[in-house]
Amino acid sequence: MAKTKKIIKTIKIDIEKCNGCRACEVICSAFHANPRYSSNNPERSRIRMIREPLNDIYLPVYAGEYAPAECMGRDIYVLDGREYEECAFCRAACPSRDLFHEPDSGLPLKCDMCEDDPPQEEPLCVKWCINDALIYEVREEEVEEEEDIDEVEIGLQSLVDKHGMQKLVETITRMSLKD
Amino acid sequence: MRYAETGYNLEIDLSTGNIEKVETDPKWTELYLGGLGTNAKIMWDRVPPETEPFSPDNLLIFSSGLLGATPAVGANRTIVTAISPQTQFMAYSMMGGFFASEMKYAGYDKIIIRGKSPKLVYLWISDDKVEIRDASHLAGKGAVETQELIKQELKDMRIHVAAIGLAGENRVFFASIEQGRSSASRQGLGAVMGDKGLKAIAIRGKKDISIARPEEYIKLCDDVMQYIQFRQANPIPGVMPILSILGSPQEMLHVDEKWHTENFVWGNARVRRKGFWTEEIEKKWEETQLGARTRLISCYNCPLKCGATISIPGISRYMMKCFSKLTYTMAAFSDLDFGFRIAQRATEYGIDGFSGPQVMAFAVELKEAGILTDKDFEGCPSDNEGRFYWLLDRIVRREGIGEVLADGTYWAAKKIGQGAEEFAHNNIRKHEQAPLKLGMINPIYYLMYSTNEKSNITQIEGQFPQAPYPEREQREEFVKDWFQVPNDRIKEYFLKWEPRGEFSMPYYPGIQECCEIVDWMERMHYIDDAVGVCAGLSSFPLKPPYHIHNYPNFVTAGTGIEIDEAELVKISKRNRQLVRANNVRRGLRRADDTPPEDHWKKRLPEYEKQLLDAYFEFKGWDMDGVPTKESLQSLDLNYVVEDFEQRGIIKDGQD
Repeated sequence: MAKTKKIIKTIKIDIEKCNGCRACEVICSAFHANPRYSSNNPERSRIRMIREPLNDIYLPVYAGEYAPAECMGRDIYVLDGREYEECAFCRAACPSRDLFHEPDSGLPLKCDMCEDDPPQEEPLCVKWCINDALIYEVREEEVEEEEDIDEVEIGLQSLVDKHGMQKLVETITRMSLKD
Repeated sequence: MRYAETGYNLEIDLSTGNIEKVETDPKWTELYLGGLGTNAKIMWDRVPPETEPFSPDNLLIFSSGLLGATPAVGANRTIVTAISPQTQFMAYSMMGGFFASEMKYAGYDKIIIRGKSPKLVYLWISDDKVEIRDASHLAGKGAVETQELIKQELKDMRIHVAAIGLAGENRVFFASIEQGRSSASRQGLGAVMGDKGLKAIAIRGKKDISIARPEEYIKLCDDVMQYIQFRQANPIPGVMPILSILGSPQEMLHVDEKWHTENFVWGNARVRRKGFWTEEIEKKWEETQLGARTRLISCYNCPLKCGATISIPGISRYMMKCFSKLTYTMAAFSDLDFGFRIAQRATEYGIDGFSGPQVMAFAVELKEAGILTDKDFEGCPSDNEGRFYWLLDRIVRREGIGEVLADGTYWAAKKIGQGAEEFAHNNIRKHEQAPLKLGMINPIYYLMYSTNEKSNITQIEGQFPQAPYPEREQREEFVKDWFQVPNDRIKEYFLKWEPRGEFSMPYYPGIQECCEIVDWMERMHYIDDAVGVCAGLSSFPLKPPYHIHNYPNFVTAGTGIEIDEAELVKISKRNRQLVRANNVRRGLRRADDTPPEDHWKKRLPEYEKQLLDAYFEFKGWDMDGVPTKESLQSLDLNYVVEDFEQRGIIKDGQD
């Protein structure tokens, strides 16, 4: 595959600065509501707080790729005296946890950096985190070219993984005939 | 379709185990908004004045505000209402944290508890699934500990739990309800919860909250967020640190306590220690605070850091908010390290950080005066700090002298007799006040202390500066961007107000001016408490992001109910009268509208009478403090008029 320049957008997370208010969850779920801002529900947010105040754990995690199966990661990391499960740092929408799944459909959620037209200056979770626990960073990297998979395909892939290709094709065919 | 609110209340009868999800009347939202407003309406309709605090008929209402759980920054307050065992009036103790928003995401605006469970239980609410569960294994557990145990038991760390400790279980009259970093502490609602056999309520919600006009609404929220940043970057000059920025206040952030330690009083609200805050103390206390403070933390959807996680070697971690940092320290004439340590135990027991320490200091004074004896203190350690721990342990268990003290200073003094009443000197309506004793009467504060229905000064003050600036230029600078005022008159009063001379306290601001200033300050609290926005972003600090001019837009864009400023003022007046009416029906009269006798050394009885007369008239009350027929009718409260007439509280034809 050819090498190409790509803009990498990331959110740097400074857990020492997090005050645990969950404004990131509020604004993310509001932005991604349809119509935009018409509702909010942290359960639909593409950024979630792993929050255990008495253990001083305040860890915002934003949704990454969909994972069809859970992994073997069950290790514990001790950082500055705080114990984190390995899963805490994982951004995958995976079957082992309810994080980053639509509460109604169970379909996976993924952070899109608040892509919008006209574009937002920065993802809204970053904008609403005025304590600067979330910092937006853009850099250019040389990467191997690959095709972007769109949201519908990710959703369908998760249904294929759950029910099988045959069932899905049959269902979609039946639904299209009904219309 | 209901916007901003869910449109449902959860009704739970602990006597029968009956659980119902009840749709609410949208008309009520138009009339009372929600939160304290609709709580007052429910109390009026369903809790007749004969109801004793510990009757199964006393309701315990956990309410969100109308804007709670929407993106409105800081709209996270839980407004808890019941008849208070201490004041015997309608209480509305409030807490921040994460409870109200979780309740709304579960699909409820309020949880209304009635009856009494025969054994200790807790509620588990997960959206539409509601269970009353056995809590016998949680009996005697700490309020913080209980929250953690329930989360572990239900295997979900995202659950939010409101719980009582031993004090609530034992019906201590100043028991709190604790939740995360917050608590509903004032007026003993933890005791009502304990009386109902309810150890805790655990909630997890996964539903949407909808907004009527999304683009408009989010713009308002964005503006608030931006203004917060502006205010944090531009503290108000010439006022003490906690008043210079926003917050409820941000007591955990500040280490400079010169103002509180030298102006508030120590012991049983007695001794002012001018010159206390030396360099040495400052260094030591700063070390203590920064050493104990693990992290500054916030409530739901609020960037301000008013709370902190406190970690002290040897005791379990807890979260502290606001002024309990100093109340134990000052009650015991001790230091900040002691304050942080005893507050941990008191938080687990679940008691109010104002009343608790004051009751202990009161007991110590009674002992020194020989009214309480060695026998009452049998087994008590002789060292000062040890004595406070010992008293705390007795009170929450109602053991020995603790049985008497657990009812608070007013009721305890009555039982103890032998002149003990003189020592219960810092109460309004039987409720312990912030420890503050001053010189010359301040008419603005006189009106607020006297008439504040909650008997808690922080729930009425704010907005208008506590003292004048010495120079006119400073005052002009201050009013330049003071757009939160309801009208320009308020600015004029402030511009004219001077530390000395013709336009100074106690006679300036004058009577009419005082009425307007106090009424405005109180109004903002009543709006906050109905929509569920924290006072720390609105009615409490100077120049806040929420104010009388943007609130109507929030309500309209959020709910779709068109209201303007005049209508919002009317709703706030209605809610104010309804809270007053609840208490008037329970016997509240002018005689109860009085500050602690010794709050100011120099009082002006004649002038105070004129002030109160004018303010009562301004509020639409008769000279006995009863809302007038005319005022009630103009606020669509005809059902209150009817009730008052039936009870003979107002006579037919009289106004």
